[in-house]
Amino acid sequence: MALQSLDIKARSATTTQPPAARDPLHVAKLIDISKCIGCKACQVACMEWNDLRDEVGTNAGIYDNPRDLTDQSWTVMRYSEVEVQQGRLEWLIRKDGCMHCEDPGCLKACPAPGAIVQYVNGIVDFHEEHCIGCGYCITGCPFNVPRISKKDSKAYKCTLCSDRVAVGREPACVKTCPTGAIVFGSKRDMIEHAEGRIADLKARGYANAGLYNPEGVGGTHVMYVLQHADQPELYAGLPKDPHISPLVGLWKGITKPLMSLGIGLAVFAGFFHYVTAGPKEVEDEKVD
Amino acid sequence: MQVTRRQFFRICAAGVGSSSLAALGFAPGEALAEVRAFKLARATETRNTCPYCSVGCGLLMYSLGDTSKNVRGRIFHIEGDPDHPVNRGTLCPKGAGLLDFVQSPNRLQHPEYRAPGSKAWTRISWDEAFDRIARLMKDDRDANFIARNAKGETVNRWTSTGFLAASASSNETGYLTHKVVRSMGVLGFDNQARV
Repeated sequence: MALQSLDIKARSATTTQPPAARDPLHVAKLIDISKCIGCKACQVACMEWNDLRDEVGTNAGIYDNPRDLTDQSWTVMRYSEVEVQQGRLEWLIRKDGCMHCEDPGCLKACPAPGAIVQYVNGIVDFHEEHCIGCGYCITGCPFNVPRISKKDSKAYKCTLCSDRVAVGREPACVKTCPTGAIVFGSKRDMIEHAEGRIADLKARGYANAGLYNPEGVGGTHVMYVLQHADQPELYAGLPKDPHISPLVGLWKGITKPLMSLGIGLAVFAGFFHYVTAGPKEVEDEKVD
Repeated sequence: MQVTRRQFFRICAAGVGSSSLAALGFAPGEALAEVRAFKLARATETRNTCPYCSVGCGLLMYSLGDTSKNVRGRIFHIEGDPDHPVNRGTLCPKGAGLLDFVQSPNRLQHPEYRAPGSKAWTRISWDEAFDRIARLMKDDRDANFIARNAKGETVNRWTSTGFLAASASSNETGYLTHKVVRSMGVLGFDNQARV
């Protein structure tokens, strides 16, 4: 399933519908936080596959390294020490990165045609050759994921290894995960796999275990199994009910047609003035 | 087709106008997007074992070119071997970053010798290195070999030299290493399998 024009579901700043003539498998990556040991093999494999090399950072006294996502680090482990109940400390490690939303806020906010595309298999991909570096995708993202490169001023984020998936392989992070905390497959199979894991966690005393597949963004193609699905904020501030910022809707919904109407009105008023009052005539200054 | 002079001017004007618009960037965009080309498509795939710990994960190393005579191969990607029973395609962070280990400018690629008291390492040939090691081992063994203990029992011990071996080697290599080292009487014998 080579991902080409026929496989595009949505395209930024484009009002005409892409062909989307085919409907291949909907893919998903499932991250089981209860199985993650925080080894960062996924971070390394991501950089290696995508030919990225971040700057060597400094130790900030915590395990998070780098401290935040960058244009070179498309995924980072976030470590949270949380006392869920009195006297019961838990170390929650979340692999942060693009969630590949079904309703992508970055794509909605993007003003550059074709800089962000969504394939029918669910992957949201950035095409840097069309990116104008405005940073609207960061505003539009409910998970604060894209980052602008200082080198070329273009936005970068996880591609869900669209180049690997297109030839039928799993993403690099999934392949390398030594504990099997990251799994990849069809979205249906991943939900089914998660159900098994959640039942297991519930049997082990995690009554609130659940799947993180937020409806606010139409579901995601990167999902989490959380031990405490009732409090996703415990996992380094994972939003409980993510949704696209209302500013994006306002900008793309009302502001644009209003602006077009304003320009049209100005042109019309100018023409009307010309017809009724005639052209402006400047009298020649008399030189004595 | 008959074109009047006036029609000809119109066609020309329309042509110049539309091509100017296209040149100004008003051409309809193509709904085309293609993912990055799969970089391993025809790369040479070589199986190997991770050199780090004693788990001995299987690797697939991808190198430039198809091993033709005029091509100098160079590894550009390493990932886990799905057919290897130990890791089944997975790799830890050190293994996943092996590419930069293989291509590291600090990697030791030749035997080097540092004379006692000297700060400088000098490159020597493999033959020199093997000869020197063999000479020193022989001298040390001749001087310190213990054939019998205090009770007069045969023990054949060589306790003044130790041997460190690799763990990421095959069963056969391990067997041979063991035989060679033990047959010389070495007792201090270990490998990184305990790391």
